[in-house]
Amino acid sequence: MAQKALIQKPNLFLAFVQQQGALLAFVALLIFGALRYEGFFAVYNFAELLRYNSMFGLVALGMTFVIMTGGIDLSVGSVAALTSVLAAQLSPHGLWIALFLPVLAGMVLGFVNGLLIAKLKILPFIATLAALLAARGLAFLAANNQSVSVATDTGFTDFGQGNILGVPTPALLMFAAFLIGVLVLRFSSFGRHVLAIGGNEEASRLMGLSVDQIKIGVYTLSGALAGLAGVILASEFGAGQPTEGSGWELAAIASVVVGGTLLTGGKGSVGTTLVGVLLLGLIFNVLNFENGYGLISLSSYWQSVIRGGFLLVVVILQTRLTKGQKI
Amino acid sequence: MRSELLLEMRDITKTFPGVRALTNASLRVGSGEVHALIGQNGAGKSTLIKILTGAYRRDSGSVVFAGASVDFRSPQAAQIGGVSTIYQEVNLVLYRSVAENIFMGREPKRFGLIDWKRMNQEAKVLLERFNIFIDVTQPLGSYNIAIQQMTAIARAVSVKAKLVVMDEPTSSLDDAEVEVLFDVIRQLKASGVSVIFVSHRLDELYAVCDFVTIMRDGQTVLESPIKDIGKLELVAKMLNRDLSDVQSSGQTGFTARTRNASDGALRLEASDLQRGRALRGVSLSIHEGEIVGLAGLLGSGRTETARALFGADQLSSGQVAFDGRQKQFKTPGDAIQAGIGLCSEDRKLEGIIPYLSVRENLTLALLPQLAKNGVVDRARQAEIVNRFITRMGIKTAGADQPIRELSGGNQQKVLLARWMCLNPKLLILDEPTRGVDVGAKAEIQSLIQELAMDGLSVLMISSELEELFEGSDRVVVLRDGQSVATLTHDQISQESIMQAMAHGATINAGTGVNLESAL
Repeated sequence: MAQKALIQKPNLFLAFVQQQGALLAFVALLIFGALRYEGFFAVYNFAELLRYNSMFGLVALGMTFVIMTGGIDLSVGSVAALTSVLAAQLSPHGLWIALFLPVLAGMVLGFVNGLLIAKLKILPFIATLAALLAARGLAFLAANNQSVSVATDTGFTDFGQGNILGVPTPALLMFAAFLIGVLVLRFSSFGRHVLAIGGNEEASRLMGLSVDQIKIGVYTLSGALAGLAGVILASEFGAGQPTEGSGWELAAIASVVVGGTLLTGGKGSVGTTLVGVLLLGLIFNVLNFENGYGLISLSSYWQSVIRGGFLLVVVILQTRLTKGQKI
Repeated sequence: MRSELLLEMRDITKTFPGVRALTNASLRVGSGEVHALIGQNGAGKSTLIKILTGAYRRDSGSVVFAGASVDFRSPQAAQIGGVSTIYQEVNLVLYRSVAENIFMGREPKRFGLIDWKRMNQEAKVLLERFNIFIDVTQPLGSYNIAIQQMTAIARAVSVKAKLVVMDEPTSSLDDAEVEVLFDVIRQLKASGVSVIFVSHRLDELYAVCDFVTIMRDGQTVLESPIKDIGKLELVAKMLNRDLSDVQSSGQTGFTARTRNASDGALRLEASDLQRGRALRGVSLSIHEGEIVGLAGLLGSGRTETARALFGADQLSSGQVAFDGRQKQFKTPGDAIQAGIGLCSEDRKLEGIIPYLSVRENLTLALLPQLAKNGVVDRARQAEIVNRFITRMGIKTAGADQPIRELSGGNQQKVLLARWMCLNPKLLILDEPTRGVDVGAKAEIQSLIQELAMDGLSVLMISSELEELFEGSDRVVVLRDGQSVATLTHDQISQESIMQAMAHGATINAGTGVNLESAL
């Protein structure tokens, strides 16, 4: 009795578009920008693009793991705001203290989120919404309702503003984090179990996976990465900013979804989230150039509308093209 | 001669809020033995198995496994302890590859990283042992249910368990696949592994099992070598019927009535309904004002027949004529339009909407007719609701009481009323009195009878022999997806029903049963 797979040979082109839709859009936009704008295809432009988007990249990386378990983390933006304030306040006390303690704070907040979700069975949406509100409040309290300048003599700002081998330090950090993320997802039990839990939580439990620990793990990871994003924020702009970070969670979710990760969990990729982040960043960049061209002038509100449109188009492309293919 | 015991569960008691699921239940399995565990729905098999596999904790009792007293706290602990389980519904992750599903939680590693090459290779070899040659790197969800089930079995076998529990593993397999599974079971047995095999297919039990334990009402009622007990006796034990005592009556709300089958016009005639392995040739007919009972063990295709007649599942072949016209209901909506109603078995899941009121629940299906320009005619609605509350004897504080506050029996009456206010010609009732207390049960039964007197045709699925025996004008008996007997008039007895359930058409034991040819 030879069993045959029921799967029909997928159309390779469609499969590629589905998996790499964000990459195609990214490349297309890159070519468009290079042809149309002077100074677009320049080292400086790309370096600054990467420097600025590294914060979103880190947040989106954590979000990818959370979403792959079928959860959501709404607190990332507030956590980043809080840790940017903490980093600014700690910056006079030494570089390493200012770098690590805020990340630790983000980790603790994420860990609490994870505990609430895994042990008390609070819905991720609710638990992290509460954390969003609480962290925002703490950020304002800690900052005394104003932005907090960082110390300039401890080298703290070099971290966000400097380069290593010509590449912005935060961008290097982001690339390294994504590389580790890809490896963890592919080659560690943790990564595979994250996907298993998102695919079928009850089955995972019955298979004997440590569902609770893994859930706590992804929220802790997300908190830590949001904390790191806050440190970069303070370092790059020279101030802790309690008002920053609002809407980051949505931008991160958008990047994850554009990258092709299922919002219901169970299926996704880390690498394509990075492409999603860069795509959304590039749209912003192109619009800035278009404004600089002087023909039209789009306010940042319009930019948001256009990003929303792009998000929809990419997702519709991904889902329509693969209609009929079951998995 | 029985080998030494691998598992001994004794005096297991488990109570859920309001329900006593197990009372001093026991289960003993020898090593290298294939042990059948059978019982009706609610007999406590699943609870007992879940206690063994760590999904539930017992209230009292002892479990000795491989010579040591154990108390598994989680499925994980049970797996480590050597008990591996295959659940009835495939409990795997469809998005992940076949190989991953087999090795999830114990992935082969190299330098701390998952060794994909080895994992895929081992999964391939494992499945080839079961005669399955597939690409194990593809997502599990891209394969059919049978392969998914075999993957679950491969997973359970590969953990090197001492005991493999299979909870209805064959329900989604075809005959050839069942044979492969039996080969696997024999391989396991030969290597000293014990198997607990839950199935409702009697032939399968006799084909592969050594011992059988029968459960009923949360208790173990019999343990025996399977060759020492006949099929009829097995069924009788399961249903709690004494073979010699089959003429008791007056236990239900159905009053003795002259069975006047088939003098009304023919309402529905179904012939040779087929759908996969669940329905393999079901034929039945229902006349106007007739109550036809649908009997059969679990998994014999009763609910599937109901769903197919109602258009909820599509048939692969077969004919349905309704009121003399050939019909093919594509959706339940079509069937409702034609005048068919279905009260499903699972009230909570498929019937009531708990937070809505009695009024809203009762008129849910009628709303399109009650609405004018999208606005519900409240006065007419109230009139209908009140009429049915009175007629059905629904005990409620008022039409606006949320239905979840009503007793099971009254919820069931509301569901009956939901269909009755549509004026159906045929009502299909799947276990209409399950989970209903005794008083309400009798009320519902006499209500069904009254409705039939008024000309309603009823197809009544029931696991209770009294209900079938006393309530039906005719009884159609299903076995393994086939209608094997139609009993009319004085042919209907508890024994004749049991005979047909157990043996189908293969034995006509001189009971006067008119057994149709099975094929």
